[in-house]
Amino acid sequence: MDTVFKKPHALTDTTMHYCPGCTHGIAHRLIAEVIDELGIEGKTVGVSPVGCAYNNYIYFNCDMVQAAHGRAPAVATGIKRVHPDNFVFTYQGDGDLAAIGTAEIVHAATRGEKITVIFINNAIYGMTSGQMAPTTLIGQVTTTSPFGRKPELHGYPVKVCELLSTLEGAVYVERVSLHDVKNIKNAKSAIKKAFKVQAAGLGFSIVEVLSSCPTNWGINPVGALEWIKDKMIPVYPLGNFKGKDLEV
Amino acid sequence: MADQQIIISGFGGQGILSAGRILAYAGMLEKKNVSWLPSYGPEMRGGTANCHVIISDEAVGSPILNSATSLIVMNGPSLDKFEGIVESGGIIIKDSSLVERDPNRKDVQVYGIPATKVAFEMGNPTFANIILLGKLIEVTKIISKEAFEEALKKTLPAKKHHMIPDEMKALEYGMHYSA
Amino acid sequence: MGEKLLMKGNEVIAEAALRAGCRHYFGYPITPQTEIAHYMAKKMNELGGTFVQAESEVAAINMVYGAASAGARVLTSSSSPGISLKQEGLSYIAGAELPAVVVNIVRCGPGLGGILPAQCDYFQAVKGGGHGDYKMVVLAPSSVQELYELTVEAFNIADRYRIVSMIMGDGILGQMMEVVEFKDKENIEKVEKNWATTGTQMKREHNTITSIYIEPEILEKHNQKLQAKFALIAEKETRVESYNCEDADIIVTAFGTVARIVKNVIKMAQKEGIKVGLIRPITLWPFPVKEFEKYADVPKAFLSVELNAGQMVEDVKLAVNGKRPVHFYGRMGGMIPTQKEILDKIKEILNK
Repeated sequence: MDTVFKKPHALTDTTMHYCPGCTHGIAHRLIAEVIDELGIEGKTVGVSPVGCAYNNYIYFNCDMVQAAHGRAPAVATGIKRVHPDNFVFTYQGDGDLAAIGTAEIVHAATRGEKITVIFINNAIYGMTSGQMAPTTLIGQVTTTSPFGRKPELHGYPVKVCELLSTLEGAVYVERVSLHDVKNIKNAKSAIKKAFKVQAAGLGFSIVEVLSSCPTNWGINPVGALEWIKDKMIPVYPLGNFKGKDLEV
Repeated sequence: MADQQIIISGFGGQGILSAGRILAYAGMLEKKNVSWLPSYGPEMRGGTANCHVIISDEAVGSPILNSATSLIVMNGPSLDKFEGIVESGGIIIKDSSLVERDPNRKDVQVYGIPATKVAFEMGNPTFANIILLGKLIEVTKIISKEAFEEALKKTLPAKKHHMIPDEMKALEYGMHYSA
Repeated sequence: MGEKLLMKGNEVIAEAALRAGCRHYFGYPITPQTEIAHYMAKKMNELGGTFVQAESEVAAINMVYGAASAGARVLTSSSSPGISLKQEGLSYIAGAELPAVVVNIVRCGPGLGGILPAQCDYFQAVKGGGHGDYKMVVLAPSSVQELYELTVEAFNIADRYRIVSMIMGDGILGQMMEVVEFKDKENIEKVEKNWATTGTQMKREHNTITSIYIEPEILEKHNQKLQAKFALIAEKETRVESYNCEDADIIVTAFGTVARIVKNVIKMAQKEGIKVGLIRPITLWPFPVKEFEKYADVPKAFLSVELNAGQMVEDVKLAVNGKRPVHFYGRMGGMIPTQKEILDKIKEILNK
């Protein structure tokens, strides 16, 4: 009998703690599949963020380093500079990357650090229970924008791919979504390409992954996927912002 | 004298700090204990510069000088600032082309040399500090001329070594200058 | 021993780190320690090491965290306001038990303060600074030669115990030139770092570097393990210099630059028939408590002289434990006490 589907080797057997309908688990699996397919588990070091994925080091079989809130790109810089032949990736949420860690992500990109960033954008703070994120949509209700995000009070959503793609050091920038099978497949190829860009030593690569947070959005899991499609994608258009034609 | 506490002071750009450094280096070559402490920070930029140099047979305690046995001044404000801390019986050497007034102190030896003017005449205004150091080592005997030359070789980059004979001439001018 | 060189304190720190095998430096410019970065920028290029001018001190200390995780000997340097920014990272490094060396060439505060010498970060360095129960080994050199020797040793201590070693100096020490004699070969302790995240190479279980333990029982155990380590360090790594203490009328205690001034005071006092001793803590943490216990009955009083409003004096009082009066004399804002000022204070205490 042929095995047609199995857990990637790069994932541990530990049961994940994420809420029902949360897409963190899918994102983890895609990264692990890519690590397996590229055969780089033994040479990969991941950096865990602060946020719901704070302890995702227990889910990956590669070496992992847990970082302070927002500092993953700086930590990854240190790791990569010591062992330039290793693959280093960070896994960061929108509060981590686009609020408290803005300086670190911008400058890691500016320096063209040869790391891969997986940026989970679900438009809300999950772990601290549903506060407004820098990527929260206009009108979106959160525990700290109880009457909806208002531009005059809270400003506008941060568009990370658009921002980082202006920097020369960022060579591969792509936004993907996990709301359906077709997009999940696209997400995987983007993550794979990002790792290949790192392998080729071309510079900084980032994949922004539009993700769901049914619990803090107050929407059921299926509805949450619809919400990504209907509400998030118009604000955060999918596609490649940089490095589409890189041959890797 | 086996022990000298020297303050060299003037404008940034007059070679104040490097004069002190060569002196300390020469002291080290003479197997003395030495320290060199510069003024640092914003006051250096376009303002005054000074350094404290200690050359001693004994271990150097504090590198900060509350009193000095010798003072070299290359501008007026430096004389105003440091004249009072020269020990009785100590010496003040001033660049008389830039420091107009004479020290008020009567209990110290004062030497005035128009070092900047002479350095211009020698074709290199950066020698003014060397001329003044010449007088210092002649009067105090704290280091030898030979150690000074050796220190120049050690502290100057190789591409500037061709200047050493001229620098030694400047040093000797200072040593033998009498007003 | 090798050749004698006349070098600036800051440059000697950098050279010592290189000699100790450090090939990774991360920093952000701040006076009065920038010569360390200048030296590293040049030398790391020659040696094929890493020099990164980070976007902030916060980023720099987190790069240190990453490089230390990956098993490297790593250095960052800064001065007081920058060290405040590094506190987050220092707490994480302590929690994750990573070895690293941090230099603080202290300037006067609070706030932006000034750039002149001070010792006002004593509390920050020895009592925590960042959040949580942790310690750093804090080394306080008082000469350029000692900057060299203690910087090399700082790397050994850091690796031996998986802890941060801090070199604490001031602008005088960093900026001054003094003779330094480098050894032909350094004593570099080889420590097996089988915990480092260097990639599993598919030959071992994966390593994790973390400071988060959500379960209280586990976090308490982790803390107990840290405390046991700190106790061991206190036992093994305390360093102190005592001078003229055996029959002193008064024992002055001072560290770093100030201890040099006090040595001059001792000579001045001798001429006036006053016997002054000196206890100079070389490790500010662990504090040389036993040395104070040893001499607590000897003098009429103790006097702590510091470039701050009175910080180490609290540890001196704890160590002297009420056996003798403990006095304090300090200057702030970059002012340096003269020898005469200190001698006058001694005479006042001794009623002479």
